[in-house]
Amino acid sequence: MSVAIRVEDLTMAYGDITAGARVIQSGLTFDIQEGDIFVIMGGSGCGKSTLLRHLVGLLTPAHGKIFYGDVNLGDADFEKRTVIMRSFGVLYQKGALWSSRTLKENIALPLETYTSLSADTISDLVAAKLALVGLAGFEEYYPSEISGGMQKRAALARAMALDPKILFFDEPSAGLDPVSSQRLDELILELRDSLGATIVIVTHELPSIFAIGTNSVFLDPETKTMIAQGDPNELLKSCKNPKVQQFLRRGDLSTKI
Amino acid sequence: MVAPNFDITKLSDGSIKMVFSGEWRLSQTPPSAEKIVQSLEIDSISPSAVTPSVIVVSVDNLGAWDSSLIAVLYSIVTQCAAKNIETDYSALPIGLKGLLKLATAVPRREDSPEAHKESWIARVGIATLGAFEATRSVAHFIGEISIAFARLLKGKTQLRRNDFLEILLQAGPSALSIVTLISVLVGLILAYIGAIQLQQFGAQIYVANLVGLAMTREMAGIMAGIILAGRTGAAFAAHLGTMQVNEEIDALLTFGISPVEFLVLPRMLAVILMIPLLCLYAMIAGIIGGIIVSVGALGISLPLYYDQTVNSIELTDVWVGVGKSIVFGALVALCGCYHGMRCGRSASAVGQATTAAVVSGIVCVVVADAVFAVLCDIVGI
Repeated sequence: MSVAIRVEDLTMAYGDITAGARVIQSGLTFDIQEGDIFVIMGGSGCGKSTLLRHLVGLLTPAHGKIFYGDVNLGDADFEKRTVIMRSFGVLYQKGALWSSRTLKENIALPLETYTSLSADTISDLVAAKLALVGLAGFEEYYPSEISGGMQKRAALARAMALDPKILFFDEPSAGLDPVSSQRLDELILELRDSLGATIVIVTHELPSIFAIGTNSVFLDPETKTMIAQGDPNELLKSCKNPKVQQFLRRGDLSTKI
Repeated sequence: MVAPNFDITKLSDGSIKMVFSGEWRLSQTPPSAEKIVQSLEIDSISPSAVTPSVIVVSVDNLGAWDSSLIAVLYSIVTQCAAKNIETDYSALPIGLKGLLKLATAVPRREDSPEAHKESWIARVGIATLGAFEATRSVAHFIGEISIAFARLLKGKTQLRRNDFLEILLQAGPSALSIVTLISVLVGLILAYIGAIQLQQFGAQIYVANLVGLAMTREMAGIMAGIILAGRTGAAFAAHLGTMQVNEEIDALLTFGISPVEFLVLPRMLAVILMIPLLCLYAMIAGIIGGIIVSVGALGISLPLYYDQTVNSIELTDVWVGVGKSIVFGALVALCGCYHGMRCGRSASAVGQATTAAVVSGIVCVVVADAVFAVLCDIVGI
């Protein structure tokens, strides 16, 4: 198994680091292997979503490097960067569907931009992707005409449009009912197994973390760095850090596993 | 209903006993936390001098209570803790104790933004640096648009037909009614003002010259620019700003699609293509406004007015007006798109971006017109 993403001594900060910037996290070093379902976890406000935004290139590290293969995303020129970013699929916290386009147009846009497929083939692909997320027949709806949970699922269909090698999920279960949430977990596993995709998830949904996570990093808002790394189930059994244990046991340290 | 009350007793061992009684409800206007803390005279207690330095909080005949009592107790506990004075609230009822424990479980964050109060010198410095940063940001944005335009010319990117037509429609034909109204009225106003002055010399016919020249060289372009700033520039800023808030622009970026090529370029081009047409239309509408006053109120015949207008306006005047309007359009679209793309991630930020887009758009139009006036004078056209 080879490394899909390598993070080296990453510092995330708002503002100029040399002029008293507010550091969110520092000293982050970890590898995400191909085929991993990698969970970024930690309490509210610890910088999970900020780390995700760094990983997808929306924010520039204050210090450190993020490698995709041999390429450091921060040093990559426009062309290389675009090639790397095309291999991503990102599901944002609020879905982030393009509101002035129908669901069909949302999913078709990346396909039209990067492939020379005919309109009919694109329509078929859109229908298949929507069916995968349980939204068959919703092609002509606008995002504002469907519920928040449906928007999230449609956004997942869009994220899968180009069969990405790496899929990023920012709080995928937030706003979903338990059944939809479980279905999403199954879909994530299926995507990993069928498409061989690497999955990176920001979440604090414990059932999802234990059900699908194969590797993880735990960010601590107080020390502003990572305090644990590894398979979440293993961390639950063997991690000695009380903060990690408290998080993984939902605050109840007396729970015996 | 018993009024909220509290009693403070200083004990001989140096500790302080606080007893709360009565009904503590917000509707009862209970004493403020600040007043109660003041009466404790915490500042006068020196932990080293008082042994044990403890404030014991309890209740006696406490009636119904709500968050007003919690606020008071929380204030006492945190302020004492800051002074290293221990607070013993174990004698409180279970509900109060539980809530107080919950409120004090997570320590207060001290590096929150409001904790930093900068001096006025620092604020001037920050504002100055902010101005430099804004200039750099605008230059960067113009650079991005230039690169996107160059890529369009080289065929490396293309405009999406339906999107572009939609924006063209919004920027041009949809603005016709408001441009008609404003331009006819401006022509009308110019004609009336001119007529009042020129009538004194029996030279009413020169109203045609005044309206014709003013509309073609100045007013049509300015009016088209200002209307577009208020209408289209604001719409651009609000639309792009909302896309920013909803992470729609991030979604474009992570698909490797340049938002400048995809969103900004078609908007810039649509406005630059539409504003000369709106400007020409505004010139005609303004002249019609002049005709309404001259023919209707001043008794000038239509053929005479027409001849006078045609003779007074040269083609150069029309080109100057249209040329200026293209620059105005580019500036208005730039302001709208810039403020939209640089919008923050909150609802109020969208409002600020829209306001900034309209204000800066109008200012840019007027300043550019003044620059053109000087340039035209130097060049002699």
